[in-house]
Amino acid sequence: MDTWYLHTEHMDVGYDGVPLLRDVEIGVRRGEILTLIGPNGSGKSTILKSMIRQLRLLAGVVVLDGHTMAAMKEGEIAKKMAILMTERLRAELMTGEDVVSTGRYPYTGRLGILTKADREKVREAIALVHGEEFANRPFAQLSDGQRQRLLLARAVCQEPEVIVLDEPTSFLDVKHKLELLEILKRLVRERNVAVVMSLHELDLAQKISDRVVSVTKDGVDRCDTPENIFQSAYIEALYGMESGSYNALFGSLEMARVWGEPRVFVIGGGGNGIPVYRALQRRGVPFDAGVLAENDVDYWVARALAVETVSVPAFAPMDEEAVAKASALIIKCDHVVCCLDTFGELNQGNRSLRDEAQRQGKLLPLNRLSELWTGGDR
Amino acid sequence: MEKRTRLCLGFGGLLVALLLLIVWNVNAGSVHVTPGEILSILWGKGGDGAVIVRGIRLPRIFAAALLGGALALSGFLLQTFFANPIAGPFILGISSGAKLILSLTLIVFLSRGVAVGSLALIVASFCGAMLSMGFVLLISSKVKRMSLLIISGVMIGYICSAVTDFVITFADDANIINLHHWSLGSFSGITWGNVGVMAAVILPALVLAFLLSKPIGAYQLGEVYAQNMGVNIRLFRAVLILLSSVLSAAVTAFAGPISFVGVAVPHIVRTVFKTAKPLIMIPACFLGGAVFCLLCDLIARTAFAPTELSISSVTALFGAPVVILVMLRRQKENL
Repeated sequence: MDTWYLHTEHMDVGYDGVPLLRDVEIGVRRGEILTLIGPNGSGKSTILKSMIRQLRLLAGVVVLDGHTMAAMKEGEIAKKMAILMTERLRAELMTGEDVVSTGRYPYTGRLGILTKADREKVREAIALVHGEEFANRPFAQLSDGQRQRLLLARAVCQEPEVIVLDEPTSFLDVKHKLELLEILKRLVRERNVAVVMSLHELDLAQKISDRVVSVTKDGVDRCDTPENIFQSAYIEALYGMESGSYNALFGSLEMARVWGEPRVFVIGGGGNGIPVYRALQRRGVPFDAGVLAENDVDYWVARALAVETVSVPAFAPMDEEAVAKASALIIKCDHVVCCLDTFGELNQGNRSLRDEAQRQGKLLPLNRLSELWTGGDR
Repeated sequence: MEKRTRLCLGFGGLLVALLLLIVWNVNAGSVHVTPGEILSILWGKGGDGAVIVRGIRLPRIFAAALLGGALALSGFLLQTFFANPIAGPFILGISSGAKLILSLTLIVFLSRGVAVGSLALIVASFCGAMLSMGFVLLISSKVKRMSLLIISGVMIGYICSAVTDFVITFADDANIINLHHWSLGSFSGITWGNVGVMAAVILPALVLAFLLSKPIGAYQLGEVYAQNMGVNIRLFRAVLILLSSVLSAAVTAFAGPISFVGVAVPHIVRTVFKTAKPLIMIPACFLGGAVFCLLCDLIARTAFAPTELSISSVTALFGAPVVILVMLRRQKENL
């Protein structure tokens, strides 16, 4: 039995009575992070706006803590749900602290005057996002990142049981992206909060989410664990990626492979090949890569960028067959680049390939790599 | 601590200014009344100036203070509602709408020889205010740019004024002079009975607005956030519209359309108090409006005595530059 804290049933969402997505069914439990991913314009924000009642539902219901939200009083909802949306918060003549303290609104009396306890909670929330330094400055003068952190503090001091965030990391630098997500994780762990958010950063979504919802133009496609959602082929299809590729293991993106008759063979391994592969890709030079063990980091990038990659199974010795295949490719190439200085026991095949290239006069030292696209000393 | 000092100084300054202007207003005029005489008149003793002070100047002072406060408060509420710092009852054409319906009512009743009571005036004025407000709301749902909304409001104001002028032109001779005088805006000819009615309308509205400080503060952040903070947006918007319309209708009913108080005073108050918090803004705007209108009325009465200026000309002289200032400042902030 699912004990959703916040979930939707047969929800149709859209603007001005025109449904954009139909029959949306998603839910989040307390102590869990649910992340919405999907291409631009697929309707992630629309779903979130409908769940917080900013948009009227076209059909179906949203249930919060066992009650239909449409039948709940605003004040009741405010004590259970906090938001951090992309809408700008107007804060005329307000300091950062003033903005954070608006989170206490549902708990204050008729005139909204803060008690000592309220002020303490505001201070705690500011400390949580490390905002003490700039909380006293006018909100309008803060950077987007600082504002975002204070808005999170605002949501925190509202003491919600669920937080809904629309692309909370958009304006943040890497440090603060991680920090913001770390704070969310803490809220989930320590206060058993439920989190629903949309994220564009797939790598972060993969790492922080307990469950992931993939949204396409046709509706919610899948709702599953990150392990099942973040499969290279699925993500590439979800976003309709036509150039470049997505690597599910690292959550990283690679640019499109340069197709063509390879002129270079790159001998790589142990991460030494990656900068060379990327340099060649940037300059539009098609290349082959080898001989790589399939548990080598270079293998994954080479597979995304090289025209052909010669590989051997993980931890297997470099057999005759692989070396023969590589030297056949080298014969067709003008140059060979070797990124390795030392060769381990399982890597003797690459040493013989390098020696062979040297004999053929094809070996190009790494420091002369640029000759491949400048044309050398011709 | 610095905040608290600013608050005390601000409110203290406003109260002192209010007191000074009241004394000055009682004192100034074709018949001079010394402060000593004022006290004795207030204690109920007769004298040369007693009739003038009790019958004319005091009600006028009360009216100017109450109506000025109402205008400023109405302006503040409209600015909150439209999230637009230069919104106000006059600029958005709400005062002019009230003026139009009010003139029609007056002409219809007076031509049949029926006297119109204060309350009926307010009701007619309120209907007019709501009419203009309806148009402004309709336009505001279509345009998002604040300058366009203001321009639409000004146009609505012009249309209403034009129709009012037509109506007045075809009215009976006897009515024209009064109507014409009133349609320019003036605090003259106010009776104690009028003051009672306006207080009965304006003061409850002031109290209600003050009690709504909390949702107003939430609404200032933006609708999305206000809703998440537990504000019933639809109900709140309706109340805000009704309140600001009632306030500007009351003013128009007794003093005609008075320009720019609703924009200038909230802006000056915000600048002085360095806050937009409704808990402070609402009483401060009301006091500030009272002070502003007392000062303007003093100038209107005494600058070219015995000729009296229309109050609107004086308020415009002070208020319009403030509007320009606000727009320039906004422009700078947006860039």
